[in-house]
Formats: sequence, C-alpha cells, structure tokens
Amino acid sequence: MITIYVPRDTTACALGADAVADAISAQAAQRDISLQIIRTGSRGLFWLETLVEVATDQGRRAFGPVEASDVGALFDAGFYEGKGDKLALGLSEEIPYLKNQQRLNFARAGIVDPLSIDDYKSQGGYAGLSRALAMQPQAIVDEVKESGLRGRGGAAFPAGIKWQTVLDTPAAQKYIVCNADEGDSGTFADRLLMEADPYQLIEGMTIAGLGTGATQGYIYLRSEYPKAFSVLKTALANAYAAGYLGSNVAGSGKHFDLEVRLGAGAYICGEETSLLDSLEGKRGMVRAKPPLPAIVGLFGQPTVINNVLTLATISSIFEKGAAHYKSLGVGRSIGTLPMQLAGNIKRGGIVELAFGSTLRSLLEDFGAGTASGKPIKAVQVGGPLGAYLPASALDISLDYESFAAASAMLGHGGVVVFDDSVDMLEQARFAMEFCVVESCGKCTPCRVGSTRGVEVLDKIRAGEQRDDNLILLEELCETMEYGSLCAMGGLTPFPVRSAIKHFPEEFGG
Amino acid sequence: MTPVINMAAIGEIIDRLKDLPGALLPILHEIQHVQGFVPSVSVPAIAEALSLSRAEVHGVISFYHHFHSEPMGQQVVQICRAEACQAVGARELEQHMTNKLGINVGETTSDGAISLEPVYCLGNCACGPSVQIDDQLHARVTPERFDALVSAPEAK
Ligand SMILES: Cc1cc2nc3c(=O)[nH]c(=O)nc-3n(C[C@H](O)[C@H](O)[C@H](O)COP(=O)(O)O)c2cc1C
Ligand code: SF4
Ligand code: FES
Repeated sequence: MITIYVPRDTTACALGADAVADAISAQAAQRDISLQIIRTGSRGLFWLETLVEVATDQGRRAFGPVEASDVGALFDAGFYEGKGDKLALGLSEEIPYLKNQQRLNFARAGIVDPLSIDDYKSQGGYAGLSRALAMQPQAIVDEVKESGLRGRGGAAFPAGIKWQTVLDTPAAQKYIVCNADEGDSGTFADRLLMEADPYQLIEGMTIAGLGTGATQGYIYLRSEYPKAFSVLKTALANAYAAGYLGSNVAGSGKHFDLEVRLGAGAYICGEETSLLDSLEGKRGMVRAKPPLPAIVGLFGQPTVINNVLTLATISSIFEKGAAHYKSLGVGRSIGTLPMQLAGNIKRGGIVELAFGSTLRSLLEDFGAGTASGKPIKAVQVGGPLGAYLPASALDISLDYESFAAASAMLGHGGVVVFDDSVDMLEQARFAMEFCVVESCGKCTPCRVGSTRGVEVLDKIRAGEQRDDNLILLEELCETMEYGSLCAMGGLTPFPVRSAIKHFPEEFGG
Repeated sequence: MTPVINMAAIGEIIDRLKDLPGALLPILHEIQHVQGFVPSVSVPAIAEALSLSRAEVHGVISFYHHFHSEPMGQQVVQICRAEACQAVGARELEQHMTNKLGINVGETTSDGAISLEPVYCLGNCACGPSVQIDDQLHARVTPERFDALVSAPEAK
C-alpha cells in the first residue's frame, strides 16, 4: 500500500493543505491507484507548505510547496512512488533546514499521526511516564532540577524549583496548569506542538502531577487556536480511553485528570496570575505576588503553572534522562529552544536548536534573508514586549544571558524580521498601542502611561517639540517600567526604547 | 433586524455546564457558539446559576475581546494586526479592507453582511498577512486575494 503524508496544521491548511489532500484522493481514484493519506501535524518547515511526503524504501521523500493544481502533474511524474523531479525535495530527513536542527520537542512533528497513541509510543512516547511511575515524587522533582530545565514561557524560571514548592505545600487538592495562551506575535511553537504531537504535552503534565501530588490538570488554550483545540480534545479522549489519564494512570493506581479550557482573546491572560483568574471564570486581572501561584494558585490551591514547551520537554527529560538534556546548551541556558522564524523572512518556520547558536545563523543559514529580498533592518525577538535589534547586532548568541546583557529578551523564541521599509516610530507606537488594548487596567502606569505614550509618539511624528517629547517619552517609560505590577506595563518600554536607541534618526534625533 | 434568541438552548447550556469549576467562560463560549453572540437577556440566568451578580457577568463579557454582546455580521472577517503580519504588509491590507468594505475595524457593514474584527496573532506568523473568514484561516493574503475571498460564494 502506498502511503502519502499531508500535514493538517493551521498554517498548512491556511495554505491549502486540505485541498491538496482532496486532490490527491481524487487523482488516485481517477487513476485507480490505491493509496492511503495520513494527515500529520507538520514538520514546521512552513515555507515549504503544503509539504507532501511519500513513504519509500529509503525513507520519506518530500515534495513542496504543493498546490492543489500541481497534483495532476505530480501523479503524471509518479510522485506516489517517490519519482519525478517536479517540486521534489529529496529525502525529507536530508532537507538541510531540518537536518541541521537538534530536535527534541519537535522530533516527532510531521512524522506521526498526531492523534495516534501507537505512533507516539513507537517513537519513544510514554517511556518517560513509565520511568516516572516507578519513582517517588521527590525523585521526580530532583530529576527536573538536575536537568536544568527553565520555563519556556518567557521568564525562564527553573521548573524544578517551582515544582518543589508545590510538592512541599500540603493541600487536599493541587493543580497542574499548562499555559497555552501563546499570545506573542511571531510565535507558534506551542501551537505546532499541540497540533503535531499533543501526547508529548499530555505525558509531561501527567508526570508533573505525579511529581507534585496534583491530580487535576488544565490546559488553558487561547481561543484563536481552534485546530489545536480540536486536536487536544480528541487526544485527551484517546488518552482516557487508553488508560493514560483518569483514576488509574497506566494501571498504576495513580490519579490524574486533564481538561482543556479556552481563553477568550486577551493577551494579558498569558500572564500566569491573570490566567488563573480567567480559569476561575473571572476577568483576567493580574494578582499581586506574593503569594506565589505555587502556594496559592488556582482556586486558592498550590498550582504548577508552566508553558506548553516546558511541560512537553518533561517527557523527553524522563525518556532520555536529565544528563542527556543537560549535555545540550551553553552556561545556564540548558537544552534546546525552538526558535520561530516569522514576519518578513524567506524561509519561515520552526528551528529547534541547542542554546548558543547565533541570531545571524538563524536568519541567514535557515531563514535565507527576507521574503521581500530587501535588506533586514530590524528584528524583534521575544514577542511584543521584546526589544528591536538592528541589523548590526545579529551576531548575538541565542541564550538567555546574552540577551539580558543586551537589554533584550529571548522570551518564547519568536523572531520577527522586518526589511528596510519598516517605520520604527510606527513600531514603537504600536508597542504602546498594544499595551493600551491589552492592559488589564489594574495599575495606572500601565493603563494611563501607554495611552500617553501613543499621544507623545504622535506628537513626535508631527514634529511638535521633539526634544521635549522624547524626554517625556523616556519618563513615561521609566514610570511604566518601575511602577507596573506585571511585565505587560513593565516591559512595553523595551521595544519602544530599543527602537529609539538603534534608530534615533527616525525619531528626529 | 432583531435576532431570534433561543432561550431554551441557552438554558440547556447553563444547566449542563454550571457545576464545572470556573464554569463562566465555558458557558459564554457555548452560548456564543450557538447564538453568534452573548445576548444580554441571557445574563440574568447565567448570574443566577453561578451565584454571581449581573454586573460581574457583564464585566467578564466585556473584558474579553472574543465575546460579543451584540449580533455580528453574517460573515466575520478577522485581520491580524500583530507585528509579524505588519512586517509583510498587514497595515496596507487593513487599509485596503476598510476602504473596500466602507467600515472601520471593529464595525459591521450597514447591510449586516460583514463584520471586520481586529485580532492580535493567529499563530500563522511565518506566512502572513493572516486573515480569518469565519472558520477558515487564509495565509499570505494580498489585497487581490482578499477581494477574491469576499466575493467567492464559498466564503459567504
Ligand atoms: C503580559 C504577559 C503575557 C504572557 N504570556 C504568556 C504566554 O502566552 N504563554 C506563556 O507560557 N507564558 C506567558 N507569560 C509568562 C507567564 O506569566 C509565566 O511566566 C509562565 O506561564 C510560566 O511558565 P514557564 O515557567 O514554564 O515559562 C506572560 C507573561 C506576561 C507578563
Ligand atoms: S502592568 Fe498592566 S497588565 Fe500588568 S497588572 Fe498593571 S495594568 Fe494590568
Ligand atoms: S502575527 Fe499575524 S498571525 Fe501571528
């Protein structure tokens, strides 16, 4: 039987993957060729979508980017037997963009049927859970500490320390909450992981439950991700049916329940305490810390809240061991980080690398420069609260410490590229405007400061008392940075200041 | 045009979900799913079932961009306004769309056909500009593509 793989993730479908799959079925029927189509997640090589793969004796052969209108010619050339030059990319695993990555989180993405537990297990899945089931909770938490894993949601806080606090806080009910709010522009790693390999997240959360004594988990997913929602719902139902969730996890007698809940279009609900309020059914208002969510979290109970990638990584740490994980990365930036190449980039997609590569290598060796073919002028790393870096700063090492030293932020690994047509004053204004739109409204520096920030930038644009207004803008930034309760107001000054610092001429300086 | 409000369906949703921990968002999602928006006449029933004040329920509905308390157009078009899409022409696309439809972002055409909504990232940032029309996301949308999409019958 001939097997053809066609992705089903959000981006592939937005580029016509469903129509490609339909055209393949129709052509096969018409030509009396018997084949099966397996809908995979996506390899995350979005510049090649729709990327169609064919199983051959040497491995999968890739064709792309395929449009539905190409399918007839692909059949004529015999692509279903791996033949033909049309759109041919050779063996999938040999595509340099893929081959030169160090994939842990995305090792299975685009290979497996995301909903098949058998596929997952055949590729190392649930091996970590088996190990964890034989361990005491403290040993599980020790393994996470030993791995050096830091949170992937932005703040890079050591995961093991958070888990220890939850383990050490006695309570009748504890919770594991997965932050799947992925609101940063330029990021889609969480989305792809959930759409392409959801059991990795489910397994990681189950291990987190075993390690901390939490028996209930929630995945808080942003409502802008309907495909991830449907994949997760089916995957959760399958995991229950296979006995991997519920009151007797994998026959161990241990208990872990897991549910997915939808957000409702609020960037601030990615902030962990606001997320907890939202999960409780309230407006997503940021809570003052302390108390830490690890002590007083969801419904007032001790709660582990971690990002999708953090929790998914737990599965591979338990499968391969903390020592393996620790062997990757540089300094205190341990393991791999899936970078996301976005914006004006020729080859956008997921590039998972051990920490310590450079931004330049990412943009040039993988990204191949801008989509427009014009020079890169600015790159925003780490989402809407991340700094803009100029083209002269691309040799920066991709690790947390190097970015902090440059007053920048690696955050969740989003990289948004702009060519030389970008207007940096407009980008600074957008940073303030975004804060106006998304502020939870609790504190004045954030709520009022950002509104004033937009006005002041408009005056600078209009050429009104530029010098005075630039001073006023810096004062506003200081007030926001030091007077805000959370990083929404606290970090909005970073994109603004970096735009002014690196592109002063655009602010009339 | 006054929308028909299915209070029986709304009552069923509330009854079915009210005992979930943190039930309010799941209830609002389902009501909006069947009704297209969250009618204000449903608020008293929600408030009562969850032992909240009406003001609290209203406060939650208005906090979240996703929930609407007024009916939307027959077709809902969302344009991504975030940075990665800006970098590939989303601002120009938005300008084109508002000109073409004769409305601002956040408004509905006077015939009730199309609502144009802002959205900040749809997770398609490697292949923007991103536009979502009802349940279908479109990648690399140019002004010409957009014109074809809103006039194509299957997009209606
Ligand atoms: C405004 C704001 C938005 C945030 N958005 C997200 C998000 O979308 N996803 C996420 O995982 N963390 C987000 N965070 C970080 C979370 O507050 C928190 O640090 C994270 O969920 C902890 O998980 P981790 O330790 O695994 O990173 C955001 C923080 C702020 C201040
Ligand atoms: S900084 Fe902004 S988002 Fe954060 S708590 Fe204050 S008002 Fe809310
Ligand atoms: S920024 Fe538009 S889809 Fe992410």
